[in-house]
Amino acid sequence: MSAAITHPISQVPDAQGRFGEFGRRFVPETLMYALEELAQAYQSARKDPEFSAALEGLLKHFVGRPNPLYFAERLTRMSGGARIYFKREDLNHTGAHKINNALGQALLTMRMGKTRIIAETGAGQHGVATATACAHFGIPCTVFMGEEDVRRQKLNVFIMRTMGAEVRPVTSGSRTLRDAINEAMRDWMSSVKNTHYIIGSVVGPHPFPMIVRDFQSVIGREARAQCFEMIGGLPTEIVACVGGGSNAAGMFYPFVDDESVRITGVEAGGRSPKPGDHASALSFGNKGILHGSYSYVLQDEDGQTSDVHSVSAGLDYPGVGPEHAYWKDSGRVQYTSCSDDEALAAMQLMARTEGILPALETSHAISYTLKRASEMSPDESIVVCLSGRGDKDLNEVARLTGQQI
Amino acid sequence: MSESPITKALSARRLAGEMSFIPFIAAGDPDLPSTIRLIQTLAAAGADLIEIGFPYSDPIADGPVIQSSYTRALGKHLKLTDLFATIEQASKTISTPLVGMVSFAIIFRTGTRSFLEAAKKAGFAGLIVPDLPGDEATEFAALTKEFGIDLIQLVAPTTPAARMDKILATASGFIYCIAVAGTTGVRDAAAHEIEAGLKLLREKTQLPLCVGFGVSQAAQIEALRGKADGAIVGSAIVRHLDGAETPAGFEKSLASIQKFAEQLAAAAHHS
Repeated sequence: MSAAITHPISQVPDAQGRFGEFGRRFVPETLMYALEELAQAYQSARKDPEFSAALEGLLKHFVGRPNPLYFAERLTRMSGGARIYFKREDLNHTGAHKINNALGQALLTMRMGKTRIIAETGAGQHGVATATACAHFGIPCTVFMGEEDVRRQKLNVFIMRTMGAEVRPVTSGSRTLRDAINEAMRDWMSSVKNTHYIIGSVVGPHPFPMIVRDFQSVIGREARAQCFEMIGGLPTEIVACVGGGSNAAGMFYPFVDDESVRITGVEAGGRSPKPGDHASALSFGNKGILHGSYSYVLQDEDGQTSDVHSVSAGLDYPGVGPEHAYWKDSGRVQYTSCSDDEALAAMQLMARTEGILPALETSHAISYTLKRASEMSPDESIVVCLSGRGDKDLNEVARLTGQQI
Repeated sequence: MSESPITKALSARRLAGEMSFIPFIAAGDPDLPSTIRLIQTLAAAGADLIEIGFPYSDPIADGPVIQSSYTRALGKHLKLTDLFATIEQASKTISTPLVGMVSFAIIFRTGTRSFLEAAKKAGFAGLIVPDLPGDEATEFAALTKEFGIDLIQLVAPTTPAARMDKILATASGFIYCIAVAGTTGVRDAAAHEIEAGLKLLREKTQLPLCVGFGVSQAAQIEALRGKADGAIVGSAIVRHLDGAETPAGFEKSLASIQKFAEQLAAAAHHS
């Protein structure tokens, strides 16, 4: 598979779903027709002003967009360097960026005439967003969730059920996000005629990585315009956490052709860089295939997917979206990682210093930003995607820090 | 072009007015020495072709029975090199062609050329790569041809006629016709639901048409007679390996698999 970098770098994927050499479709034949149908429906929806108007209306009145770009004055003073800004996706309805994609794909589902929606979820944020979108439109919804994540994210399970969704715990494999995706794909194999699978990240076979990126790009588009208003131009650097990579893709994509902007993705460094102790596919993985897509994957020398670890259920995934692989190899985006402990510390610091409780996923990006900002000059600026709020993580944080709620 | 061992084996049955019987087992379940005995037993029971599953950590096309079989094999730290060495040993003792069922994740990680070299040396006559659909298979199909290994392509009930042509362009050996939209598993796949698809394929290709996914009983094979050239049975065989972890348990499983395979072969082979 040969590498090809296109310029401008935003002009991907091609019709086969290739981001440079990455992406494509490695799925059973049973799903191919549904993927082609989805690609066609999306192409026509994209050109349809009514579709865009419907989505924009929902984002404005149901989600509460645009959300603010917030200047973190005390954190900036504490770091003593670059001005730190947060794009407040945590203020969206349902508390994270996931709703942007769930609503877009729910509209697509109805456009295709499908009557049932399935989804996978890790931290539960995508499950909650999808359950919410389904409740809003009155579409039956089943969410697959690894048993380990059901334990870690009880509150989100309860929210999904309250919204009328069926939550199916997945007991195969590592019982986390990766297994939830396997089960959702298996369900889709037998239900593909009437069911749409709303995948929650920029992973999976074409056209999913493109569709999810496009629906999430509202983050970066708003942030970019807000930067011009508040900073008077482009920021020096933008930062987001990367699990599958959807908030990062949405934040980065509108900036990738702005060559002056440094872009950094922060992966889950877990307990250590040893195999099995982290979930940093871009930092430590190999090129490989997982869940229908060619990207970087944490796997052994035989191609078996590795078990991974992160304190944050939303980053606990052995793969990453193919566009991130493309951005990494092209050198456009740099990827780094941050440990469980660093993320926990950043969460607490953020809460005490700014009065904002970020999700553990987001806390990885914040930890990097605090270090990085201190190395930069006060006339520079760094913008972080604050992808979600931290309420969902408090039970787990209390458990890990030996506290009672 | 000379016929491949696979096409030859299946065509012989077809010419005699019979169907072929293709059983499936996963390598390494319950362990690799047992895999050799299972292969020999299936060959002796009348299998025309034996499908060997390469255990994979994320088999999205497989139902619970084959998933569990893969999990058992991987739980014993099955390595690819040992799998190939075992198949090489087994293939020398039988004349039945062997077909590997393997995820492209494994092939890609090994390197396509290195994988094919190892597969050839082990004695595989063909490969089924369930997550490499026709559109993505062009490059790999050319390489398999170079190695004289058939690349068996799958056609699903959801495959429109226009896609069939794309798929057939890279296919060899036989066409794997998926009987039901869904994962592998014991179900009552009804022959009449895929009849139209089989008819259309018959007009488009000379390759034998074999039906799998949800085929688990002699009666289903009977119902496919005249419509398909072969039946593939996986989960219904593999589920006999529940409880085969102990030596005594394995002997019991082996005996019941032998009996079951003989029944299925008899259903396929009478003309």
